[in-house]
Amino acid sequence: MTLAEIVKRLNLKVYAGEGGLARPVSGGYAGDLLSDVIAHSRKDQLWITLQIHPNVIAVAALKDLAAIVFVNGREPAPETAAQAEKERIPLCGTTLSAYELAGRAYALGLLEK
Amino acid sequence: MGEESAFRQEFPVTGGDFARAGKVSCEIKNLAKELGLSDRVVRRVAIASYEAEMNIIMYAREGRLNLSITPDRVRIIVEDSGPGIEDIELAMTEGYSTATPEMRELGFGAGMGLSNMKKNADIFEISTEVGRGTRLEITFLTNGQRA
Repeated sequence: MTLAEIVKRLNLKVYAGEGGLARPVSGGYAGDLLSDVIAHSRKDQLWITLQIHPNVIAVAALKDLAAIVFVNGREPAPETAAQAEKERIPLCGTTLSAYELAGRAYALGLLEK
Repeated sequence: MGEESAFRQEFPVTGGDFARAGKVSCEIKNLAKELGLSDRVVRRVAIASYEAEMNIIMYAREGRLNLSITPDRVRIIVEDSGPGIEDIELAMTEGYSTATPEMRELGFGAGMGLSNMKKNADIFEISTEVGRGTRLEITFLTNGQRA
């Protein structure tokens, strides 16, 4: 499933990195502790978090994550969006909670390949 | 190829510089990739360098990551001028952290840094002196394998 399909079906807002929407996504990881995400997320996953500060971009870039989705209506800080454009990491958002978003993504069939 | 002909590069890190956090580990990861190391090694090197870089930024005044690569192994020597670690065993325990509440709010201080480094390395050595600093030697064996 591509990120563009997920954005459409889960009605996500795209804040930055639109160039990466064609990217295929394989599963996801939800977490707000950066070391936990660094340790356990995998390449091409969707990262669901409420952390909006610029340090999330390095984590996503290091782990080759497909995109970051901010939950609970949180919007990325301006430096975060600028970094994301530079590193070409798509940033999305939703008003749903992490629990609800993960559940809906899972129900779409967004599972690990 | 012996130690003397290893690929070497030094990456300085400034304590408290959260704005540049992750830059050094991204550079190291990209270098490892460009040098043709396998995906598995690149992934492990990236995780360990990120945690080492963040530890300097969070706790030390300044420090550096010294990367050296030979056909058999990747090694990162991390040295900082900082508070040192009082109880290494405790610090290695997953979940234990001395991070401030402000750092925790940003998602740092999970108490996984040192254990993440150790888990991803083949050889992990740590020496520290309270009040002076900490030195880590993180080695990844590659056995000459390239991607």
